[in-house]
Amino acid sequence: MSRIHIDWTRCDGHGACAELLPELLTSDEWGFPVSRTGERDPQVPRQLTEHARHAERSCPLMALRRV
Amino acid sequence: MSQALWALGRGTGIVALLMFTLTLVLGVTTRSGRPLGLGRFGIADLHRTAALTGTGLILVHVVSLYFDPYAQLRLVDFLVPFLGSYRPVWLGLGTLALDLLGLITVVSLLRQRIGPRIFRAVHWGTYVLWPVALLHALGNGTDAGSAWMTGIAAACVLAVAVAVGWRLLPSYDGRGWRRAPRKVHA
Repeated sequence: MSRIHIDWTRCDGHGACAELLPELLTSDEWGFPVSRTGERDPQVPRQLTEHARHAERSCPLMALRRV
Repeated sequence: MSQALWALGRGTGIVALLMFTLTLVLGVTTRSGRPLGLGRFGIADLHRTAALTGTGLILVHVVSLYFDPYAQLRLVDFLVPFLGSYRPVWLGLGTLALDLLGLITVVSLLRQRIGPRIFRAVHWGTYVLWPVALLHALGNGTDAGSAWMTGIAAACVLAVAVAVGWRLLPSYDGRGWRRAPRKVHA
């Protein structure tokens, strides 16, 4: 089990992660990701692992990591 | 057989040029809020797939021409530019493009480890890679000068020029994301 962690010093709100993980993330009005689960680093359920990996790979600023 | 190697080398080179043109256009225009019908991640995936396809084609391109008896390439010609015997300048541009492509591909695939700063710096090299590869195709290519090859090259240049021009327009501000001004409560 992993968690989604966003490095806010890198994130610039491009929004790829919220497109790929709508179950865990939504975008605020500036495009920055917001956790939907209430946790600061939302836990990735097993069935979303592949999508989380895709989100990690798609972040243009490498701000999103699975920890 | 040597005809087949030669034809394969030419064909893969030309399709690789088309793939890298697509990659460059997608890279230049990708911005969230400007989805071109795809999501942000879809454009990034297509950019990556086109780049890796082009890289694979270039591998076939250099291997087939290495075994082509007419091209007379030596292994050193794949690493060190401008040493070739036939049209050394144009061949050397191809070698330079190959070196750049190798560096950019490795750094891109390892970017999660390398970090965004070096990744971005190296990725700017694609703006050198593409014109160098185009010049190599036009100067070295057997088909250069034929009407269809001129048409392909002109279409590639036009596509990149339109993409860069669009990107540099003053109206293309920020990320195309309509940002609401932050409200400050006094």
